[in-house]
Amino acid sequence: MARDTLTGSRIRERRVMAGMKQSDLARFAGISPSYLNLIEHNRRRIGGKLLVAISHVLKVEPSLLTQGAEATLIATLREAAQDRGRGEDGSASPPPPETALLEEFAGRFPGWAWLLADSQRRMDALERTVERLTDRMTHDPHLAASLHEMLSTVTAIRSTAAILAEPGEIEPEWRDRFHRNLNEDSKRLADSSQALVRYLDTVDDVSTDLGSPQEEVDAFLDCHGWNFATLEEGGSIEDILKDSDLGPVSLYLLEQVLGRYAEDVAALPMALLLDALNEVGPDPLALSLRTRVDPGRVMRRLAALPASAGVGRFGLAACDASGTLIFRKALKDFPLPRYGAACALWPLFTALSRPNVVLTQELEQTGRDPAHFRAYAVAQPVGTPQLNRDPMLVAHMLLVPQETADVSGDPLRVGVSCRICPRTECEGRREPSILAESF
Amino acid sequence: MAKKVLLIEDEPNIIEAISFILSRDGWQVDTHSNGHDAADVVRKKGPDVLILDVMLPGRSGYDILRDLRSGGGTETLPILMLTARGQGKDREMAEKYGANRFMTKPFANSEVLEAVRNLVGV
Repeated sequence: MARDTLTGSRIRERRVMAGMKQSDLARFAGISPSYLNLIEHNRRRIGGKLLVAISHVLKVEPSLLTQGAEATLIATLREAAQDRGRGEDGSASPPPPETALLEEFAGRFPGWAWLLADSQRRMDALERTVERLTDRMTHDPHLAASLHEMLSTVTAIRSTAAILAEPGEIEPEWRDRFHRNLNEDSKRLADSSQALVRYLDTVDDVSTDLGSPQEEVDAFLDCHGWNFATLEEGGSIEDILKDSDLGPVSLYLLEQVLGRYAEDVAALPMALLLDALNEVGPDPLALSLRTRVDPGRVMRRLAALPASAGVGRFGLAACDASGTLIFRKALKDFPLPRYGAACALWPLFTALSRPNVVLTQELEQTGRDPAHFRAYAVAQPVGTPQLNRDPMLVAHMLLVPQETADVSGDPLRVGVSCRICPRTECEGRREPSILAESF
Repeated sequence: MAKKVLLIEDEPNIIEAISFILSRDGWQVDTHSNGHDAADVVRKKGPDVLILDVMLPGRSGYDILRDLRSGGGTETLPILMLTARGQGKDREMAEKYGANRFMTKPFANSEVLEAVRNLVGV
């Protein structure tokens, strides 16, 4: 097949590398998934505006999609050179890659060039996987404890079995004891393996990896678009709980969330919220003043807006006075950590020191493609006032996605959690990152 | 006179297996399974070599290691650390706090035996 007829294959390769579904790329590019499928299989030629649109969505130059493999190769080598340029702290500086000679290198040594490019692609993919899994491995105490127990049991079995397998006689008393130990350990290994499988069995794939009750509840809420028409119309939470098919702990958590949801609906019905939203926009303080509903509740109601409202998608994080996240509605470009502590720079935590003050800040979420948000945060007391006792605080942070072009000032660069944040120069850093600085 | 090895580990069947292979090799083996008072037990028993697990009930093996290296006559005691976590940072931490050897579970009996012998030069 001639080189210029492989544009579709390159589109497919780039889409897969970006982790994007075919249907999503088709939607962003304004074509049907079936037409995109034909393009990706090189059964339809592509050019002009559609090529530009697709390359824009895939964040690559159109020439990378239309030109031969050499262009892609050189682009990947260039990325590798940029990564190499970061270096490691404290080490002697090796000479930088000779980027001016990239094309000559690829032409004279194509085998080595492809090997290097392939290594770079694998490294990128592995870094993304590590980023995702380390969050879990580092901060999931149940998983860590399960694996530790399994490894300890395997160690006992291996040592004992090796003793029994050695040539020569063992005293009958020791032999019987080791046989008994093997029997005990093998049962224990079977039990702990089954428990671990049950724990992991709730996952569809490694990208969703559910497991804890909080994750189950988050997935349930996400599956419902964080909106419950039944409750919006004054219905009972019992019907939702009955159909949820969740375990007892998850059910308890869900009942708390839905109970609060029902209270929020009573205080700020959807029709009233939409009217106010039309008047003042998605500013929680302005909406609070307009509706006379407290800002934290307004943020929860904004996060519960259905897609059909046509006002965009809002993220929401809430934490208690200890800083523990108790509500997590993440956005695609603003993930919220599942297990570990979040980025200390978030206005969510700043708000805890300034109760009842609505804070706002432009944020830049660090990552391969920095995304921008307008964040609103407020900490408010919960519970009944008591004599000589400070109130408990709960803070909310609403995230409103911003177009990069609309970012006015100097946004605050924040991360998700230290472990997967590439910023080394940060006063809030608690532990080293597994990622390189500056994507 | 037999050299003394102290094994601090909370998994009873690992204790039994390691004790067996070391005893058979001529070592006098003492065991302890609680991290809380482990440093005191080490100083009291005065072993020639210590095998120390990282994950112990009551106190982490790293804390115990730091305690032992801080004084009390155990500053130069040969110590072999055992852990079920083989990450590089665990090895770095063990070395930083003064462990002489670091071994990840599951290990071979011969490796443990060889490491203990090497630590006391026999």
